[in-house]
Amino acid sequence: MTPKHTLVALVEDRPGVLNRVASLFRRRGFNIHSLAVGPTEVDGISRMTIVVDGATTQVEQVEKQLYKLIDVVKVSDLTHDRMVARELMLVKVRCNNLNRAEVVQICELFRADIVDVGESTLVIQAVGDEEKLEALLALLKPYGVREVARTGRVAMARGLTSTSVEAEPPDIHLHHMRVGRRPERRLPYVSD
Amino acid sequence: MTAKRMNGAQILLECLAREGVEVIYGYPGGVVLPLYHRFPEYPQLKHVLVRHEQGAAHAADGYARASGRLGVCLATSGPGATNLVTGIATAWMDSVPLLAVTGNVARNLLGKDGFQEADITGITMPITKHNYLVMDVDDLAYTVREAIYIATTGRRGPVLVDIPKDVFIDETSFQWPEEVSVRGYKPTYHGHVGQMRKAAKLIDEARRPLILAGHGVIASGGHDALRDFAEKAGIPVLTTFLGIGSFPADHVLSYGWMGMHGAYHANQAANHADLIIAIGMRFDDRAMGRYSDFNPGCKIVHIDIDPAEIGKNLPVTVPIVGDVKVVLAGLIEEAKPNSHVEWLHWIDKVRTEHPSFTVPETAGLSVQYAVRQIWEVTQGEAVVVTGVGQHQMWVGQHYPFHRPRALISSGGLGTMGYEVPAAIGAAMARPGEVVWSVCGDGGFQMTVQELATAVDQDVNVKFAVMNNGYLGMVRQWQELFYQHNYVSVDTARELCQPDFVKLAEAYGIPARRATAQAEARKAIEWAQATPGPVLVEFVVEPEDNVWPMVPAGASLAETMEEPRPQEVRA
Repeated sequence: MTPKHTLVALVEDRPGVLNRVASLFRRRGFNIHSLAVGPTEVDGISRMTIVVDGATTQVEQVEKQLYKLIDVVKVSDLTHDRMVARELMLVKVRCNNLNRAEVVQICELFRADIVDVGESTLVIQAVGDEEKLEALLALLKPYGVREVARTGRVAMARGLTSTSVEAEPPDIHLHHMRVGRRPERRLPYVSD
Repeated sequence: MTAKRMNGAQILLECLAREGVEVIYGYPGGVVLPLYHRFPEYPQLKHVLVRHEQGAAHAADGYARASGRLGVCLATSGPGATNLVTGIATAWMDSVPLLAVTGNVARNLLGKDGFQEADITGITMPITKHNYLVMDVDDLAYTVREAIYIATTGRRGPVLVDIPKDVFIDETSFQWPEEVSVRGYKPTYHGHVGQMRKAAKLIDEARRPLILAGHGVIASGGHDALRDFAEKAGIPVLTTFLGIGSFPADHVLSYGWMGMHGAYHANQAANHADLIIAIGMRFDDRAMGRYSDFNPGCKIVHIDIDPAEIGKNLPVTVPIVGDVKVVLAGLIEEAKPNSHVEWLHWIDKVRTEHPSFTVPETAGLSVQYAVRQIWEVTQGEAVVVTGVGQHQMWVGQHYPFHRPRALISSGGLGTMGYEVPAAIGAAMARPGEVVWSVCGDGGFQMTVQELATAVDQDVNVKFAVMNNGYLGMVRQWQELFYQHNYVSVDTARELCQPDFVKLAEAYGIPARRATAQAEARKAIEWAQATPGPVLVEFVVEPEDNVWPMVPAGASLAETMEEPRPQEVRA
């Protein structure tokens, strides 16, 4: 197993910010294992959880290069902190009347939920760290895994430590909230 | 105070004027017509019409490097914007404060592949410090102000603002944003006190300390501080190529510049130092040679404003993040007076035994000779702009600079053709001074159209075209590392060289040709004495090589003095 680093970047929620981060990784030859983006407790700030492969990538350089992006406000490397790291996975697995109970039992062992029941398939939703999800997948494989969708890791330090940003002056915040916004569309930029 | 109604075009120009911009290099086109329509309302903003948008970016870059102020260039959407790209990348690699403004198609056409649409914010993302697409006229004033703030502070660099056509036309009440603040951008200017103490201790303990001064010294205005520091601590100074001028060449502690074509003794000194104090430089491969073999065991103190440069290429013993000028002021206090007599003698001895920058003893005309003559005639006081290649290295070698912002050259990106437009920008930034644009016959033809701009603006630029009939540096590599196999480098025959004197005259520029040494001196004196743009073509030795040379991928210890052809792994 190569050492993986979990970085959290708080970024301005603006068009193109995901592109900037992705482009930086590509250009500098950093390898992304997974990247998850979503809104935060602060209006206008999105959180990216980036898992990088520490064997092929200078993690300190990644942090510094991320900081050079104007839209990146805060970067933390949680790897050596006590942290909670979770990933969500949806698995569509084949099953029939004969073996459905077995599959359900496996799900129970992994505290996974069945979120869709079809004639010959089940959709399972599992949450956990990568090891747990891999173990579940391995057990489901013999039944026939049709489709897998995973979110990539999101992580947070345990205890009082937090990755957060300071508020900015109201006038300036107003400007920053508007930058690049298309007047007729008010979709959140985390989707960009 | 009631806010004035203005449209986007007026707001942009108003902001530029308030920011103290005086010159804008640009080229009009469809979507920026609403902007050009408003230029006459702002006579304090001089618009210089270039002949190609690449020229606009380079001219703004030359202006910025020569003045230390923001350079501004302007282009229309699509091809206008993409033509800026080389110039933006040039500014990016050398940390030049540049504001590039582009027009784009109207908002309802964005993303629809309309006529002359290019995703210029996407294209320039990796070569700008930051860029913006302004989608609402209410955001324009703040965006322009923030863009200029980012371009001109911290580690400087290019910022692009892309404005759709209808944003230029939309009206709003203009409000000048008094305050700019970007929470994701807080440059560090003051060095960490503890780190400075650690550095001072290392400096005090070192027996063979060496300063490597880079472009950052010039950018921060730290050249006086550098001199005071070097004098107090008695440390010899080398510069990188772009650091030339950060330390006076005639100073007793000046040992020239290091790197691929730097002085032999400089490269040896870098390889024998026990402490390197790297100031405002980024350990570029052209300066350092092969990283893995660079002076193992040498301790490094690295002062730079960009934290990402620390440890990027070489491991650093004591990093100090901060503005060079500010940090040096602190280090001068901490440093103890010293003089490293033995160490200086060691370098002196290498310098005497291995003279580096010699003028070839030839009856014909060499670039080295011509550059020396330019130095003599200009008494070392010219602003010299170069292209990229052999002549660029020879200017670095044979024109000693004693002040900053006197050598202007594309070091990082190595952009051929930079010399013509950048010289125009430099001359406009430094009225009353003479600018020599030393050109290669290859690069000159890449941006030759800007001669029209030079005439138009009547800039005091002396174009010195070093015509050896080859793409000289490429030819040198083919000779040394590709068994003399010359492919596509013969500009005189294969590419059918034009008559440069006639070409200049066609633009209305007085021109002369020099083929012998005596002629060269006379032509230089004539050019220097003739006001306005002038061109001198120097017909020089066709197959001269730049020495010394560290082959690509070799270490500084392998600096070649003599022509010893060998195949080298790239």
